[in-house]
Amino acid sequence: MNNVKDSYAAKVRAKSIGVMIVLVILALICLLPIWILFVNATRDTQDIMTNGLSFIPDTHFFANIKETIRLNSEGKITYDAFIGYRNSFIITISATVLTVFFSALTAYGLVVYDFKASGPAYTFILMVMMVPVQVTSVGFVQFMSQIKLTDTYVPLIVPAVAAPAIVFYMRQYMKSSFPLDIVEAARIDGTGEFRTFLTIGLPMMKPAIGVQAIFAFIANWNNFYTPSMVLISRDPSKYTMPMMINSILSNDKLSDLGVKYTSIMLSILPVMVIYILLSKTIVEGVAEGGVKE
Amino acid sequence: MKSSAQNRIRSISYAKYGYFFILPFFIVYFIFQLYPLFNTFKLSLYGNATNPEAFVKLDNFKTLIFGESDIIASKAAATQSKALFRAFGNTLILWFGNFIPQICLSLLLAVWFTDLNLKIKGKTFFKVVMYMPNIVTAASVAALFLMLFSRSDYGPINSFLMENFGLEKPIDFIRDKWISRGVVMFIQTWMWFGNTMIMLMAAIMGISPSLFEAADIDGANSRQVFTKVTLPLLRPMVVYTMITSMIGGLQMWDIPYLYKIGTSFNDNIKTIAVFIYNNFHGMNPNYGYSAAASVALFILTSILGSFCFAMNRDKDAAKRKKQIKEAKKKMKEQNKATFGGF
Repeated sequence: MNNVKDSYAAKVRAKSIGVMIVLVILALICLLPIWILFVNATRDTQDIMTNGLSFIPDTHFFANIKETIRLNSEGKITYDAFIGYRNSFIITISATVLTVFFSALTAYGLVVYDFKASGPAYTFILMVMMVPVQVTSVGFVQFMSQIKLTDTYVPLIVPAVAAPAIVFYMRQYMKSSFPLDIVEAARIDGTGEFRTFLTIGLPMMKPAIGVQAIFAFIANWNNFYTPSMVLISRDPSKYTMPMMINSILSNDKLSDLGVKYTSIMLSILPVMVIYILLSKTIVEGVAEGGVKE
Repeated sequence: MKSSAQNRIRSISYAKYGYFFILPFFIVYFIFQLYPLFNTFKLSLYGNATNPEAFVKLDNFKTLIFGESDIIASKAAATQSKALFRAFGNTLILWFGNFIPQICLSLLLAVWFTDLNLKIKGKTFFKVVMYMPNIVTAASVAALFLMLFSRSDYGPINSFLMENFGLEKPIDFIRDKWISRGVVMFIQTWMWFGNTMIMLMAAIMGISPSLFEAADIDGANSRQVFTKVTLPLLRPMVVYTMITSMIGGLQMWDIPYLYKIGTSFNDNIKTIAVFIYNNFHGMNPNYGYSAAASVALFILTSILGSFCFAMNRDKDAAKRKKQIKEAKKKMKEQNKATFGGF
């Protein structure tokens, strides 16, 4: 009897060790490319040329940063880290704020009010949730150029008001955890409907808003398709960070490898910082988004 | 409980606010997404390159699907058609090649992470690390891998292989047909397996623990538990993941678009999205072809999306509808029975 128990325990232990080894290998595969990127951003071009693969950071980080920032002044390359950051931050932050605010507003409207159109409106949102941008982008950009909005940030920011997937998520959240009586109570106290939303609805939806704001920020920062579709005349002063990366890649005059790695590193730095700070919330958010009733 | 009269009063006095609250969403949606969708349909019926104003009816579709055209030379039409089908084939190959390893790996990991018998340390750490590639800018990921796999540009991977494994000349990771496809598949898997894993884990944890306990007591081994309990109950989630991944795969653009040397594209990894983009941004933009390809993409995603839609819809709502329908049917039958039906 004891023997059986022991062999079972040994089996489990052996399996656990095997699983741990696989997990460590996979974690390394996930981390290594990013690690190499950061390491190479601290190395000198000569050094990278003689030995491409190194896992130990070097000391040329600030020299590389300086060189990367200076790139544009030589006039060879349309890359400017500051302009890229400025543009990306303007677009990303405005789009994120619009997305979470109006998604919360729409979800609140659908859940709190009992009106005829609420059912069809929700069905509509579910229906269009899966329509990808690529499908509408041709008609979208052509329409934008008709009304002279290409080469502006309007087509990159304003459409963020309508984010069906986020409305869906927030509606689910409200359905499960928003007590409607509190709205009734506010009404009795004489609070206006919109004010109720601002002072009671929004604060109570904070967890959902937080998670969706993080995801919206990352998605907007990483968006490369829409900006390169919309900014038709390729004015470098309007480039977002991913577009700056594209212009680095398509330029064969740039031979400084340290600078290339540094510029890529700079483009992912904001999302990496956010991820490191909020990784737990993000991972939990993914899990929640995946659970279907 | 409120009486129906109270309910009516409430809905009369506040219903209009519901419309105000959802109005901004729908206005913006109609202007920036729904109208553009119709505009795409419209453009797919109009001309290309130098005469975008010409109304060509279904000629774009004819050109792209059958390689024949009433307007352009048949050779040019055949080239366009070939390019589209090639892009379509590439998209399917790339999607398939990343989805299969991705779902297998994610399933395996999800089962391991949720297995309470196994002693895994630092679960949160592994989850966080494995999800990380998903949040890194796809454009930057493509740029990074392009540099790592570079052939002439002192690519780290090639120099590592040459120094340590006696490789004589560098491998062309970027232009070789199957190797470049393999790299794109790898990048896609690398970026998405963590996401799929977390979603599957959540689904497994939603399965009632008593089922696993019962299987344990009945003496099922871990393989039996997986095939007889976990997998059947997980099937809706796996199907859902597959469909969403397929919709995402059809849009694959960032990495196939950027994974090239300088400005010369690799025809073996051009996807539909790259086809649409390149036609749209040519010297003389082919609005017609890119719009027609978008319409085809729309039809495909709608078919796939309708499955997701059916799965997302509140099951309660569907049940209620069914009940109402049945009640109506019963009433009708009753009426028929009482009045003899004529």
